[in-house]
Parts: sequence; C-alpha cells; structure tokens
Amino acid sequence: MTDMTSASSPATGKAESSKAKTFHRKVKNYSRYERFWHWSQAILIFTLAFSGFTVHGTIRFIPFATAVMIHDIAAFVLIFLWLFTAFWTFTTGQWRHFVPTNAGLWDVIMHYLVGMMRGQPHPYKRTLSRKQNPLQSFAYFSIMTVVGPLLWLSGLAYMFYSFWEGNSGNNDIFSLVVLLHLIGAFLMVAFVIGHIYMVTTGKTLIHYTKAMITGFEDMELTEAEVTYLETHEPDRIK
Amino acid sequence: MTDHAAFRGLGQAFRLASAAVLLTALTSISGPVIGWSKAYASPTATADKPSTEKQITGKKPGETADHSKFEILQQDFKSGPEVTKACLSCHTEAATQVHDSIHWKWEYDNEKTGQKLGKRYVINAFCGNVASNEARCTSCHAGYGWTDMRKDPPAAPEAVDCLVCHADTQYYKKFPAKAGLPITEPMDFNGKPFKVSNLIEAAQSVSLPQRDNCGACHYYGGGGDGVKHGDIDSSLNKPSKDLDVHMAADGGNMACSACHSGSGHVWPGSRYDMEAKPQARDDEGKKLPSFAMRRMNETASCESCHTDAPHQGKTLEAIKLNNHTDTVACQTCHIPEFARGGVATKMLWDWSTAGKLKDGKPFALKDDKGHPSYDSKKGDFIYEENVKPTYSWFNGQFTYVTDNDPVDTSKPVILNALGGSANDETARIWPFKLMHTKQPIDAESKKLVYMHLFGKDSDAFWKSFDWPNAIKAGQEYMGKDYSGKFEFIETRMWWPITHMVAPSDKAVQCEECHSKGGRLEGIEGVYIPGRDDMPLINWLGYGLIILTILGVAIHTIFRIATRKQRQH
Repeated sequence: MTDMTSASSPATGKAESSKAKTFHRKVKNYSRYERFWHWSQAILIFTLAFSGFTVHGTIRFIPFATAVMIHDIAAFVLIFLWLFTAFWTFTTGQWRHFVPTNAGLWDVIMHYLVGMMRGQPHPYKRTLSRKQNPLQSFAYFSIMTVVGPLLWLSGLAYMFYSFWEGNSGNNDIFSLVVLLHLIGAFLMVAFVIGHIYMVTTGKTLIHYTKAMITGFEDMELTEAEVTYLETHEPDRIK
Repeated sequence: MTDHAAFRGLGQAFRLASAAVLLTALTSISGPVIGWSKAYASPTATADKPSTEKQITGKKPGETADHSKFEILQQDFKSGPEVTKACLSCHTEAATQVHDSIHWKWEYDNEKTGQKLGKRYVINAFCGNVASNEARCTSCHAGYGWTDMRKDPPAAPEAVDCLVCHADTQYYKKFPAKAGLPITEPMDFNGKPFKVSNLIEAAQSVSLPQRDNCGACHYYGGGGDGVKHGDIDSSLNKPSKDLDVHMAADGGNMACSACHSGSGHVWPGSRYDMEAKPQARDDEGKKLPSFAMRRMNETASCESCHTDAPHQGKTLEAIKLNNHTDTVACQTCHIPEFARGGVATKMLWDWSTAGKLKDGKPFALKDDKGHPSYDSKKGDFIYEENVKPTYSWFNGQFTYVTDNDPVDTSKPVILNALGGSANDETARIWPFKLMHTKQPIDAESKKLVYMHLFGKDSDAFWKSFDWPNAIKAGQEYMGKDYSGKFEFIETRMWWPITHMVAPSDKAVQCEECHSKGGRLEGIEGVYIPGRDDMPLINWLGYGLIILTILGVAIHTIFRIATRKQRQH
C-alpha cells in the first residue's frame, strides 16, 4: 500500500531508480487468483469473526447452533484456501513478495506516522519483483505464519476436542485451546481493522481497493521493465 | 509471476484446475449443511412401531399361554396370597427370585459408600420414613403383610404379590392401608369408597408388566400422583409423543421393562447407585453391542440402545452433538422440562406447618391451579408443572444422610449428596429435580428423626397432630436415642430426571446453555462456549481492538488536518 504517484521526485532519495527515466503505466499487479484469494479470504474472515464472536458470546444476532455451523464450515474452507494458496505462492514464486525484511521498515513506519502528513512521497519504491513495502511484508508474513496457523490449529483442536481429550475429563487443556484461539481471533480482528484503514491511504481513498478489484494499478516502470512486459507479458500492461 | 511466456499457458491451466479444486472442496464441505437437519432425528433404536395392545418389553411378549384357560386360575380366590399360591404352582422359582429383589427387600447395600440404603432404612425429604408407618407405606411393597420394618418381610412364598406387577390394573389395586393387601369387599379409604379388586379376573389377566403396573406404585411415590419424581407420574399411562417418545403408543409404546430389562424378577435401575456415564465401548474403543451393555451396566441407560454417538449421520452437526456425550448426559438436552404431562410434582414440602386445625379439625387448601397447597397432616406444599431441571455434575454416586449422621444446620442439608465434578471422568452434567423440604431433626444430636405419622394409636401424628409425641414415638419404635427436643431444618434432595424424553425437535436448543445466564449457569469447572469469558484475554483483546480503532481515528484526524497543507 504505497503511494507511488509522486515517486518521481523523491525527497528522501531512498529510491535509487528515480534517476533513470520512468514511465507511468497501468500494470496488472494482482493476478486473477490473487484477487480471488484476497476477496474470498476477506469474506471468510468476516464470516468467521462474526460467527466466532457469536459463539464466544460477544454478539448474538444469529442462533448459537447456526453460528457454530457457519464457523466450522467457513473454517474448513479457509484452511483449504490457505493451504492451496501456500502451494500457489511457492509454485509461482510469489512467496518472494512476502519474505519480511527489516530494510526500510522504519522509514515506512515513519512515513505513515509523519511523512504522509507532510505530503512527502512514500519512501519505498515498489518494483515488479517486490510489490509490497517492508511493513506490508512484515504484517502479511506475521498473519500467514503466526496468527493464521495459531487460529486454525487451535480451532481444529477446539472443534475436535472430544477426539483428543476423550474421556479424560481434563478441562484445563481445553481452556488453553480456547485461550489460544481467542488470542488469535483478537489479533486477526485488530489486523483487519488496521488493514482496511491502510487501504485508504492511497492516492485516493479507493485507489488500492480498485487495484485489488481490477488487478491493474498505476506503476512507475523503467524502460527495460516496459519493454519486458510489452514483449513477454502484454496482458499485464496497458 | 511467471518469468517466461511459455509458462503462461501452464499458468492458465493451473488457475482453472485450482478453481475446480476449490469448487469441489466447497461443495463437499457444504454437504454437512444440507444434511444438518437430519442430525436431529433418527435415533439408532427404531421407534416407529404400530400401536399394539401390549407394550413393548425387553423380552418378546411371552403370550404362548392364555392364563384364563388355566384351571387353577378359575377358583373363587378370596385373597391375594391365595392367587400367589396358584401362580407358584407353575412358576416354581418366582417367589425365590422376588425374595432376592429390591422390590421385596427394600434394602440396598451401596458398596461404594458402604451405606445401607433402601426404603427400609432411608429417611427422605418426602414422607420421611417407612418405619412406624408400615401398613400405609407397605401398601406399595411387592408382597402382603409386611407390618414391621424392624423385621424382614414375611417369609412365606405366598406373601409375594404377583398381581400388582402382572395383573390388569382394572381388576386389581392394593388398599392404601393394609400392608399391601387388596380389598374384595367394599370399604372406604379417607371417607371415599375404594376400588374392590376382582381376584379371579386379575389372576386370569396376567401378562408381562405394563406401565400402569409399575406406575401403581412408582407414579405415586411420596404420597400422591407425581409427588416424588417429577418425571414419573400417571400421565405416562397414555402419554403423547411430545411427553415421552418411548412410551407413547404412536412412539415406541414401550413398557418400563423395555429399558429396565432384567431377568429373574430383578430389574436394573436403582436410584441409590447409578451409572452417570455408562461404559459404551470396549477397551479398544469399539462400540459395545446393546446386549453387552445391558449385561455390563447395572442400571438402565440411553446408551444401551442409542450408543454414545447417538446423533446420526456423518454431518458436522452430528459430530458436534456427539462431542457432547462425554460431558453431558442425554437427559440434559432431551428432557427440557419435567412434570410435562399435566400432573404437577411437589417441589417444596414444609412439614413444620403441619398440624394446624380449623375448629379442632384438620383441613386442606388448594392453590390457584387446584394443586394442594396445605394439608394439616403434611404442612405446606408448592406443586409445579413444566419445571426446568436443576443441573449438576454427577458421577452416579449418592451419599445419603442416614439416621446416624449429625447434620450441619447452618445451610440446607442435602440428604443425598451427589458425587462427581468437572474433573471426574465418570461424571457428566445431569438434570435433576431439586426437592426443597423442611423436616424435623433432634435439636441436640442434630440427627434426622423418625416421624410416626400413620396408625390408630394416639401418638400417630395424623391422629392427634402432636409433633412431640409423634417424633418421640418414631424414635422409640426404632430404638433411637432422642433428646426430647426437635427442630425443623431445611433439607434438599436430588432426584435425577431421566423419563419424559421429548421428541428430538423439542430438545433443549444449543443457546439455552451456550449463553450467559442459561440453563448451565451454575455448572463449574468447564469452559462452556457462549457462557464463559476468559477475563484477562477478553480484557486484552477488546483493549487491543479499541486501541487499534483509536489509532486509526487519531491518524485520520491528522490526515484531515494536514490535507490542505499537503495540497499546496
């Protein structure tokens, strides 16, 4: 979620490529599967949060039984989606976008806290091979490797407690499972709130949302990148 | 992204394939949704039998013999024992078998607690004690002429009462005050003519026990219809399916012995020692067949027919419901209320107010609904219908307060304390009728005392309404020490609820327990989703969310405030 449009005159000078001649072009940054994954995941997470906090007793707009069924089914679908996406991410090389890095992380954080208020350009220059800024990588990587697995591992244990807990009458372990699941749920909700807010920090409020719907986004490309895309991936550039 | 054009075709194919896989996954998982309504229905036991004349018992109805054709049963019987003699001429072992049963002995040795229980010994929270009130109480003894609890029941084989269990109840009824005997000549009870038994018809009508046979005593425990149990009363003679799926003629049409199925005149189903979580699987975790369960477990159980995974289908709903069976008794969900058949049950009994007289005479009052609310003989009552049970962990074990145990009167005394807790693997959450009573103890020794209620002597409470004399006489009868001073204390008694099983669509719904302030509010030691909070994590979690929203709000304010400045 970086604001690229004013990157041609970087005040920070961190973006080295700015010296070269650049082209503003619409580039398909999000493939069809990526968009499908993103939005179906979004729907599932909202469904899970709604039904999950119903089961927890925070809200009660739908009956408990319905909430449990919705929650369990949505959970299975999401787990499957995640596993499949993990597979997709690795086989397509997309995983490179998600590897967290400390380089520039602090600058990005400072940009959101101070820089953007002053109208300064985003310090991170996205490239074709690295379309997320370090803060994004850090956030998404945490969600996909820590919060997600925490939620679904504890969730599966929660769902099938009678298979492992059996007749032991040990309710302490069950309580621990619930505790872990709740921690994951709260972290996920906090992430979603932050994520939705950050989405509005683009050139316009809906700039990033639009990009995630159409797949296309204004990008600043070098001549070589334009040539490469026009030659080898004409679908990706307008 | 693919780095080479050649991969594009592959990518396209891959996308299509993944879409197909996802779709398949979605449809396969949505199967449970479609099947989920079915999970509520179809227990393992088949229930859709047409109504037959006789109710279904544990055994095949043994109707190869028509007793009306037996010459020995065509005599002009003058008394119950005469009929029994005739029965025993063919059923040679029957009396010996009955002599071995709790129905005969009124005695139960609880091996787990070492307590000697049974009607012969227990002081309960209803009429208190049998001792010294025999001829009245033993009208429900499965025999004739037991007039002294201090001695064993009469030993003669013909003292066994065959007819009370086996005869058609329209021909036979034990007189309430004759130690188990019926009357064959007209006689009044409490000023009203009592049913005269027809012993000849009765003897020729015998069959395996029907519900009204068992009910002749068990419906009326505590001195009246539905008084004691709450889930057993005369409405079970002809119950609707809504009242009891097993006993309804258009349901299972089962006799009591369909579940309480024993042999040799001994029946599983003691309330002195129960199995709260019957063993339903062998050591390897395989489901035990029904017959094996019935042999292994001494009490009747739902599981012996329905298994410990009774919710049918491989749906998520069924799995989730079956996940409950290790912690929640079947009865907890499937008996939403007791006393549902139109017969009220006694929930409170205050003996301390008994003995008031109007113009020197005893009197009785009724409440708005026509239920007894006061009787000079017995004190104040509260009767209720359609009562939601009280729930508790229960491992099947009761510990009684006997006549030798001093009680702590600082709080209500539980006469039959429940064993079990959340961490007891043999315990489950069970529904109960919790009886509230005020009854007398020795004011000094703090032990329960015997009440001498019934009798022709002037000490009997129901004759002279004199508590000091009635209690003194009760204690003397049993040879118990007595300080001469008594007081009334609050007692409680737990009665497990296990009959009046509702149809599956009338079962307790999930949110009745999985919510704050629900049915299981008082259950401790287990996390119940929807009821419980994890205080610390809730506090931290909601705090995190509030902080996030706050952060977003502050950031937004700064963005708006600096907007104009940035546009230049």
